[in-house]
Amino acid sequence: MGTTNSAISTAAPKANLSRSGQRLVLTFEGNWSVRHTQHREIDNLFSELDQQTPAEALQFDMSQLSSWDTSLLIVVVRAEEWCREHEVKFLGESLPPNIASLVALAEEVPERKTGRGNKTSASLFELIGNKTIAAIDGIGSTLQFTGETFLSFGRILRGKAAFDWRLFWLTMEECSAQALPIVGLISFLTGLIFAFVGALQLRQFGAGIYVANLVAVAMAREMGAIMTGIIMAGRTGAAFAAQIGSMKVSEEIDALRTLAISPMDYVVSPRLLALSMMMPLLVLYADVVGILGGAIVGRSFLGITWTQYWAQTVGSMGLLDILTGLVKGAIFGVIVAIAGCERGMKCGNDAAAVGNAATSAVVLGITWIVASDAIIDVIQEVLKL
Amino acid sequence: MSPTEKLSTETQAAAAPAALGDSSPAIEVRGLEMAYGSFVLMHDINFTVAAGEVMVIIGGSGCGKSTLLKYLIGLKEVEKGEIFYRGRSFSKASPEEQEEMQRTFGVLYQGGALWSSLTLAENVALPLEQYTDLSSKELMEIVSMKLALVGLKGFEEFYPSEISGGMRKRAGLARAMALDPALLFFDEPSAGLDPITSRRLDELVLRLRDSLGTTIVVVTHELASIFTIADTSIFLDAETKTVIAHGNPRELIKEGSDLRVRDFLLRGDPTKTPIGLPRESQPA
Repeated sequence: MGTTNSAISTAAPKANLSRSGQRLVLTFEGNWSVRHTQHREIDNLFSELDQQTPAEALQFDMSQLSSWDTSLLIVVVRAEEWCREHEVKFLGESLPPNIASLVALAEEVPERKTGRGNKTSASLFELIGNKTIAAIDGIGSTLQFTGETFLSFGRILRGKAAFDWRLFWLTMEECSAQALPIVGLISFLTGLIFAFVGALQLRQFGAGIYVANLVAVAMAREMGAIMTGIIMAGRTGAAFAAQIGSMKVSEEIDALRTLAISPMDYVVSPRLLALSMMMPLLVLYADVVGILGGAIVGRSFLGITWTQYWAQTVGSMGLLDILTGLVKGAIFGVIVAIAGCERGMKCGNDAAAVGNAATSAVVLGITWIVASDAIIDVIQEVLKL
Repeated sequence: MSPTEKLSTETQAAAAPAALGDSSPAIEVRGLEMAYGSFVLMHDINFTVAAGEVMVIIGGSGCGKSTLLKYLIGLKEVEKGEIFYRGRSFSKASPEEQEEMQRTFGVLYQGGALWSSLTLAENVALPLEQYTDLSSKELMEIVSMKLALVGLKGFEEFYPSEISGGMRKRAGLARAMALDPALLFFDEPSAGLDPITSRRLDELVLRLRDSLGTTIVVVTHELASIFTIADTSIFLDAETKTVIAHGNPRELIKEGSDLRVRDFLLRGDPTKTPIGLPRESQPA
């Protein structure tokens, strides 16, 4: 009973076993509190009970008890179980009424046999099997979600969807202007690092000027899109998953469904469209800032003039390189949005599930960005683009 | 005298609940002002709760009942007024002293507020692990006992997401009772519960009061619960922004009491028997 106990009684809890004819008597004294419990005392008491010769009944003497709480109740319950096991009559009527009342309340609702707590460890094959099935289910579920997204676009184009324009514009702002600082910083540093690595190698052959080619092509074709995709997966994909997951927890998604409004049209599509439309612009911005980072290294460490660097950059880069990056950006935008929205829509019903959905959206988004980038590169190589 | 005879004469007097040893009120609130920034929600709140009493905080929606609870448990800092527990100032105590006093509180939040990454058993066990040196066997026995008291024995290994809202609330109560606190605070305990579970909860409140001498503060709208469990109550009025009635709800419905309080407790119809009161207790 908390701090008030100490003010009332500081007597240590004691339990004794005595015998009166065919009756066993458990005597409790002092202050019984969960905060100062005497587990050795209790274990000794039950060891002593086990050693007793057969008795007819067990009763309690609590006249010397100062104060008590649940720590005493569990001893009483244990004693009751002991009596049941040893076929000794449990004299519950010898308990003080207030203790008996709580014990009765605890026993009022019988234990539910839920089957939990008897977990058997799964075999290695079972584990691998379960993981494989879960992975296949995950891919199936993502494909289904992608399909539903296309259906939703169809409805939006036909004007038969409840499309949240406010959310669309708001998401556009979040995915564009608000993302510029972080995309700019990371792209600038990426261009800078590329230029440094290139400069160290190319300078040895007197080909330092080609740093401009390296940075321009790398940023335009690959790094601009990949770095923006990864940033947006961590920033926006996670936010999508958390926002939609929270809506699911608070039954907002169910409320939409009961109004016959498709959550795909109202919640998912505005986000997906906004992000995939903004991603190419962000990629373009990342390319420019990355090239600027490279130019600063070229100017500072290689002594290349701004004009030379610009001319070399323009000469090394074709329209196809820029378009490749922009198309990749749009694809990565769709991937990030689908990963975020899908994880959010599949989120469980508690706070931890929202966190898991956000984490999973980021992991899924980044994995698919890298994988799809590799696939696009292979296709380009095959088509000689 | 044989032990049996001795027991028959002394059992009834034995095992006095620990919390009843001090004569100072369990809770005393003096001149408390509740505010959100410059917006004053309630002012000049004064009341006392005797040890081992159940006090119910009543009032219309949005009048500040849950906010008052937040002040009482230390989630909101007192700017004006003072709160005392057993004669010790809580609002003017050092952070360490406040923490020490908070360890004697058990709080049941509206939604149960269970930690979703822990099973029910782990939720109840956490405060015990933190503040006691119980053996793991004893700890599990206490956890099972607490869950049994709220009718959830057998659900130890379930996660909060796997049980219903009512069960989550009951598990939250088991966690609130984990350390056998001297003071229990309930925020809307009956909301969302079926009548049987709600009645069982009321019964548990009364048994905790009677058996362990726990002082209990309950925020509730449930009239049946109010008349069943309350020894005393305070009525918060949003219009005057203060406490307009303090006393047993059965007294507050009598002729001559504040009309606003009577209206509330009689659901706006003074000819009806209040829910939870037997017909013979109908007000004059």
